[in-house]
Amino acid sequence: MSKYLINKFIFTVDRDPDLVERYRADPEGTVAWWESEQAGLILNCPGPERSTWLAFDETERNALVTHDYVALLELGAHNFLVLTLFIALFERDYVEPLGFQREFAARLSHWSLPYPDIAT
Amino acid sequence: MATVAAVIASTHHPFYYRASTATGSDRPPFADEWQAKIEAFRATLERARPDVLVMVGSDHFHQLWLDNMPQFLIGKAPFYNANFYNEEREFGLPRMLLRGDEDLSAYLLRQGIDTGFDLAFSNELRVDHSITCPIITLRPQADLPIVPVYTNIFAPPMPQPARFVQLGQAVRAMVEAWPSDKRVAIIGTGHLSLELGGPRQFGPHGPDPDFDRKAVEWIATSDLKSALAEVSLDSLWQPGNATHGFMDFMLMMGVAGEDVTADYVDSLDLFHTMEAYFTWYPAGSGGTVAS
Repeated sequence: MSKYLINKFIFTVDRDPDLVERYRADPEGTVAWWESEQAGLILNCPGPERSTWLAFDETERNALVTHDYVALLELGAHNFLVLTLFIALFERDYVEPLGFQREFAARLSHWSLPYPDIAT
Repeated sequence: MATVAAVIASTHHPFYYRASTATGSDRPPFADEWQAKIEAFRATLERARPDVLVMVGSDHFHQLWLDNMPQFLIGKAPFYNANFYNEEREFGLPRMLLRGDEDLSAYLLRQGIDTGFDLAFSNELRVDHSITCPIITLRPQADLPIVPVYTNIFAPPMPQPARFVQLGQAVRAMVEAWPSDKRVAIIGTGHLSLELGGPRQFGPHGPDPDFDRKAVEWIATSDLKSALAEVSLDSLWQPGNATHGFMDFMLMMGVAGEDVTADYVDSLDLFHTMEAYFTWYPAGSGGTVAS
């Protein structure tokens, strides 16, 4: 399990407007491309100096491919990263102000403290 | 020696800029009251007549990332570009360019490292809304040089709350010993109870109004003893999963000094979070709330 890699996916998509749109339109293709081409890039190192050991497991990959933010959070993805990216992806589909954010909260209503551990 | 002209602590609400600049039917019903409170708060900095601003905040996974995460970092650069695409996208925040005070940055880094804080530094730092929100609220003309001080309130493992307090105390002592005739305002922003990415987010109030009432009282009286007795890295998950930002308020209580009552206190109960604003005028600063 790699909370770190899930966070890295969200972080790198969230900071790139083109990738946000690509992940919204084609989650399966974007996750597959990212895992094979981008996952190992160390953000402050040249491409050839990449990590060679990072990969999603099936549960993680599936949560990303299905845009399942509840599953991502329950896997221990960072709450701020998940919220920020998913607002960018889906807030536009809701008419009411904060409609998406409130639905997001409601879908986590079964949670009690302590929440999933986000430590990486 | 430099003068600590004011110590200022507040929440940083990224929606203030959009709310306060909205007009007509786009303007939310709470915007007028919020703007009036911010303008009164802004006057407390203006009365301090600062020359330079030390700005305590926290990067929200913009430039600092989990492959290389500092606990405490001071910027040392002649300029700081500010705000990121995702802050423009979600909050409508403008891109900004702030000047830096490299002399004060260098001084704080050297003195801080020599007094027991192994501070990270950055010579090219793009600051985010934890620093630009207080610029927008307190100094919208953005005309003063800054020294950014970043803390990790975001990515476990984080430093203990007591360490934030100690850093605040050290920053206060270092600024007071800075061989300069400048007037320095030390400004820091954090959070009261806050939930982001959890079931209690975006409710009608902050997720834990009881914590907020207690926290405002602790800050207003700089009651470090009570705050340190009740707050731990573990306990801060209870009021809301983003409440570790309260440790930046604890840092600012360290700057203000234990049991020193704030000269100006205000708060505003908003949807989603409690906003709170505090100003201290240290003895000898020449500042006063009544104009």
